[in-house]
Amino acid sequence: MELFVAFKSPLISLGRYTIDTVKDMGRIALFFAKGFVLIFPRPVQFNKILQQIYFIGMKSIFVVCLTGAFTGMVLGLQGYYLLVKYGSTGVLGSAVALSLIREMGPVLTAVMVIARGGSAMAAEIGIMRISEQIDALETMDIDPLRFLVSPRIAAALISFPLLTALFDVVGILGGYLTGSVLLGVNPELYFSRVESSVALMDVAGGFIKSIVFAVIVVSICCFQGYFTHTRTEFGAKGVSMSTTSAVVLSCVMILVADYVLTSFLL
Amino acid sequence: MAPALIELKDTVKWLGPNKVLDGVNLRIYRGQITSIIGQSGVGKSVLLKHIIGLLEPDSGQVLFEGKALAAMKKIERKALKRKFSYVFQDTALFDFLTVFENVALPLTENSVCSETEVNQRVRGKLHQLDLHKIDNQYPSQLSGGMKKRVALARALVTDPEIVLFDEPTTGLDPIRKTAVHSMISDYQKRLGFTSIIVSHEIPDVFFISQRVAMIDGGRIRFEGTPEEIQQSADPVVRSFIQGLESPHDELTGIASQSLGQKRLAREMFRLQRHARPFSIVLLSVENLEDVDRIAGHVASQTALKNFATFVKNNTYLTDTCFRYDMNKLMVVLPDTDADQADMFCKKLSRNLNTDAIFDPSEDRKGLCFALSAGIAQAQEDSRIDAMLSGVEKRQNIFYECRI
Repeated sequence: MELFVAFKSPLISLGRYTIDTVKDMGRIALFFAKGFVLIFPRPVQFNKILQQIYFIGMKSIFVVCLTGAFTGMVLGLQGYYLLVKYGSTGVLGSAVALSLIREMGPVLTAVMVIARGGSAMAAEIGIMRISEQIDALETMDIDPLRFLVSPRIAAALISFPLLTALFDVVGILGGYLTGSVLLGVNPELYFSRVESSVALMDVAGGFIKSIVFAVIVVSICCFQGYFTHTRTEFGAKGVSMSTTSAVVLSCVMILVADYVLTSFLL
Repeated sequence: MAPALIELKDTVKWLGPNKVLDGVNLRIYRGQITSIIGQSGVGKSVLLKHIIGLLEPDSGQVLFEGKALAAMKKIERKALKRKFSYVFQDTALFDFLTVFENVALPLTENSVCSETEVNQRVRGKLHQLDLHKIDNQYPSQLSGGMKKRVALARALVTDPEIVLFDEPTTGLDPIRKTAVHSMISDYQKRLGFTSIIVSHEIPDVFFISQRVAMIDGGRIRFEGTPEEIQQSADPVVRSFIQGLESPHDELTGIASQSLGQKRLAREMFRLQRHARPFSIVLLSVENLEDVDRIAGHVASQTALKNFATFVKNNTYLTDTCFRYDMNKLMVVLPDTDADQADMFCKKLSRNLNTDAIFDPSEDRKGLCFALSAGIAQAQEDSRIDAMLSGVEKRQNIFYECRI
């Protein structure tokens, strides 16, 4: 009997955890759906969407370029030393471009935006929640989801694919820098390989991934901030825990979603 | 009595393991100011949040014009919400918006009027609350008192039918505190809105409220008029009120109303026992609302404070001067008959000048100050309340100045 109880308790915990997680996923999905639908009723909040594009997109350009350049450079370096063993350094352009466009671009852009914009979203909305600013919106008959979440969703859906494209371009140039300028691969061969090996499906696949990642990041980060008050921790501690959860959960979900999407897109 | 506008019936609310509201029954009547008083942490703010629908009761009902909020359709609740405004205890101002944008937000987001009208209404409200010089600043750059006033401006800019104030004066200095009370009372008279104020400011809220409810142990311990609560025999109510009442009026620095009433009772006893005569003089500032409109509520309350100081300086040590109402002072003159009290008023009128009331450094153009006085000599067989109501009826303007 005791053995049964000892086994039962972790099983109950696991079951409860699984049910809670699935419930939370459902709530996040509904939260996103509501926020997305509220982008469109007139008057469309152009100013707020532009402000968020500036914050999520424009202000991330530098960090995305920096990450893109170094990722491309590392790919060029690693790729060259791998390919040189087989005497096929000519395909370096294909290797760098395809890894960037299909995988590295969408994933690393999303991770960078989570670090820069996602954590800020969770913290900002969380602080608004604990200082009753969200309640104040409700008392003024202003829908907090439309006011706070919808512009962020719209901005993320616009910014993520553009940032991913930028990451890819800068990454390919980074690969050229190490592969051709430093290690002597023929530049014309490098770029012609890039052009010939990248099909429209690869670019489309990368964009689909970036849009899905945008949905995941903005939903999780806004959700964590918006429901800070339902946590067991209160006040500043609650906001800090929400921000941490937002970052960790978004990163994990990005990698999980990346695997699922890749298996469908290949 | 007219049917209640808002009614809470057996409202129960648990917050975590705490039962904050334990069967609250309360009625709020249209066009009245109702104050909710009670110790900290007894659920006054929670009660207010149930009224506006930010919190739902675990059991019981909140009725608006006899209809339960929970039974209302979404569109009805939306329409109802537009009738309400809420002033939060911690202001809940949007820290990423300027003062102007904060006040304009309920108008711009709900597209209720044109941009020009928004501009006009917001500027008007900021001017009334003496905030027009800081309209470009952010809430984090403001003092606590200023933030409170911005929150008030934001609540009143939509001309709501029902305004809920959650401790609107906490953290303000005495002049601004009474300026806020006078503003609430003034707006309520002019616009006729219904108001619910959660407050600790006793007896100040009694001056402006028509009804008072005291919450204790999750239930309404007392509900009635300010006069009734001050005469309540309930030991819990009495100890709460007396615990908060200061012997001195916070704004004017003169004796408080309760101390004045005690002094009146003592003089009456002396008259009946030792035949020592005494008179009372009721001094009312008749046009404080005009000063409000021209120079703002802070200027009007400063004028009242200055006037109280002037009266106090013109009385003897044995006289008692106390705050009788929002704009009324009473002077109790022992060993004085009606003729001598009349001479006292004449002396006040002779000595009073505009510089004593209004700050000479401020722009005072268009301001007017009118005082009326009512005099009564106590008789051995007269009752204090009859004497007070009599003196209120016999008031005549005895001083007027225009600048």
